[in-house]
Amino acid sequence: MTEDSKIAASFELDGKTIPFTEGQTIIQAAMAAGEYIPHLCFNPEFKPHGSCKICTVKADGRQTASCTSLAQPGMVVESDTPALNEERRALLQMLFVEGNHFCPSCEKSGNCQLQATAYELEMMSPHFDQFYPDRPLDASHHEYLLDLNRCILCSLCVRASRDVDAKNVFALAGRGIKTHLIVNAKSGRLADTDFSGDDKAAHVCPVGVIIKKRVGFSVPIGQRSFDEHPIGAAPHPDNRDD
Amino acid sequence: MTTLETAVNPENLRRVAIDPVSRVEGHGKVTILLDDKNRVHQVRLHIVEFRGFEKFIQGRPYWEVPVMVQRLCGICPVSHHLAASKALDAIVGARRLTPTAEKMRRLMHYGQILQSHALHFFHLCSPDLLFGFDSDLAKRNIMGVAEKHPETAQRGVLLRKFGQEVIRHTAGKRIHGTGAIPGGVNKSLSVLERDELLKDVYQMVAWSRDAVHLVKQMHHQNPELYNSFGAFRSNLMSMVGFDGGLDLYHGHLRGRDEGGTLLFDGVDYQNYTQLIEEEVKNWSYMKFPFLKSLGREKGWYRVGPLSRIQNCDFIPTPLAEIERREFMAYSGVMPMHAPLGYHWTRMIEMLHAAEMIKDLLHDDDILGNDLMASGERGFEGVGVIEAPRGTLIHHYRVDENDLVTMCNLIVSTTHNNQAMNEAVRRVAQQYLHGHELTEGLLNQIEVAVRAFDPCLSCATHALGKMPLQVEVLSEAGERLSSLTRSGDGCLSIAP
Ligand code: SF4
Ligand code: FES
Repeated sequence: MTEDSKIAASFELDGKTIPFTEGQTIIQAAMAAGEYIPHLCFNPEFKPHGSCKICTVKADGRQTASCTSLAQPGMVVESDTPALNEERRALLQMLFVEGNHFCPSCEKSGNCQLQATAYELEMMSPHFDQFYPDRPLDASHHEYLLDLNRCILCSLCVRASRDVDAKNVFALAGRGIKTHLIVNAKSGRLADTDFSGDDKAAHVCPVGVIIKKRVGFSVPIGQRSFDEHPIGAAPHPDNRDD
Repeated sequence: MTTLETAVNPENLRRVAIDPVSRVEGHGKVTILLDDKNRVHQVRLHIVEFRGFEKFIQGRPYWEVPVMVQRLCGICPVSHHLAASKALDAIVGARRLTPTAEKMRRLMHYGQILQSHALHFFHLCSPDLLFGFDSDLAKRNIMGVAEKHPETAQRGVLLRKFGQEVIRHTAGKRIHGTGAIPGGVNKSLSVLERDELLKDVYQMVAWSRDAVHLVKQMHHQNPELYNSFGAFRSNLMSMVGFDGGLDLYHGHLRGRDEGGTLLFDGVDYQNYTQLIEEEVKNWSYMKFPFLKSLGREKGWYRVGPLSRIQNCDFIPTPLAEIERREFMAYSGVMPMHAPLGYHWTRMIEMLHAAEMIKDLLHDDDILGNDLMASGERGFEGVGVIEAPRGTLIHHYRVDENDLVTMCNLIVSTTHNNQAMNEAVRRVAQQYLHGHELTEGLLNQIEVAVRAFDPCLSCATHALGKMPLQVEVLSEAGERLSSLTRSGDGCLSIAP
């Protein structure tokens, strides 16, 4: 099917007309039209996962994840509303307290989508009690470090390693609140996999888990991804790991 | 040492605690044991210090440390940032930094010295010095200074702001920036940034010089007070440049005894553990370092401006050098030991910092692009810097996976622990002994502590309105009376 033969249609997002082509999700169409819907586990390069729910919108009055819901002609979608943003903030707050996120000393600060989204949605405090989970560091690999304290279980590395690198280095294990990221090696160590810095999986983490060693903080404040443009205004807020 | 550290018969004495309640990192408390004639028998300064930090760093990747350790302190984060970076230069094998990196770090450091010294002198101490230690409490704060000496107060604010701007341009942010990284820095100055700083720097040099003259005048006007208040003799230690000149960023360690005679010189700080040992006392969380060669009793020393100015052979910037000579001439053959001498020497350093900033801004290396150096990988490193408050030591070990396995920090306030305790004891003996307690008398104690500019200075007297509670307790722990200074500066005495 060529572009032209697709049915051109449109829906409404917060009062704006958004054109879309058949098969596009709400968020895909919105992004293509330069409109920002907050999201974390969605990355346009990968199949949607629909797990973080930050992208939740109201489509024709019904709440749905905009990264998994297909756009429909004439649909009325609300996204930037006080009520939805309130819910998004609560989700973000839960993500913050479920992990150990110390932005002040994190090298991903300024390039982190979790932090940038929290700024965008004006989250002022974590609100909930911190879980302070005990999550180990995996520093075994000579080139990359895994700081699992910061994992938000978005599964982007899992998808990248499986679908692009064809390596299956990462997987999510456990259920519910016990869900955690594991490395597919008997030892559980990254050094014992065929992971490499050239892998797609090395460059997709939206937070600071998969970190290139020995280069932290080499980009000065002012030149990091979200220093100049907040995430809602940045042209392509995904895939930033440098 | 005075004998007031431990009373002979504590069971018969009243206990007075000066306990500044505070929301900041530093927390200081003075306890005094008095008998029924208000005679002082025991005085101890306790500082609750966050030792947990050294544990917290363990297991973290080394490149995170310079940014993380800044959180140790809200007043001089840059000092920790730079001391850690210096220690970790050894891990990445950067034996020598590029000229741009070394000068950018120095610039950041002098910005920090300038802003910290300005804050300390103008905001925290000038109220005491200009109005008197037991003057009207309602006026004894920076607001009072602003009213009576508006120019002095305004200069204080602008000097501090300039120092913060230097930090912002070198570290990216006014506080808790990221400029230094193991092996170098992440940015140099743009021409625009340099010119912005250049346009104000001459004014800063001039004002810093005036500030030295102001303190000098105070000393000349009231030599009895300034030369004796809380005075006691001690050894002194600091880092000096390899040429013996004042160098707050790099050099080797030098120490003198109380008479000014060299105890050691040219000591490579990588070997600091051969020089210094830390003693633990059961009544304080903070350790008591001492010089191993002299032992626990005699080996304690003091650090900071008063030590540095008297320990170096010269100051490599002309205006500050003139002031140093005058100070040395004033104090005579013997080193000056009076804690209030800290203020004078601190202002000389502020002038030196302003001059250094001016020189660095005229050096094109700070515009360069060659930011990083590296070499053979190391596994252990010590970094020392002369922080605003004195010698600061950071020591790390890092494993082959890049994680920190050991961290030891000796901060300036810890070096001065014994000295501050001595100062408080002297003042208690000089002023409290045999008197009824009043706020003015208690402030004398705080003045003595504050002269050292310990990291808890924000806790002891932010704007002269820090809530403060003093309790006189019976041996059974019963409250006999209390003196409370509330957040708005009001005093109330309860029976
Ligand atoms: S490591 Fe990063 S990319 Fe992978 S699941 Fe966790 S947050 Fe997502
Ligand atoms: S972005 Fe849609 S659920 Fe996460």
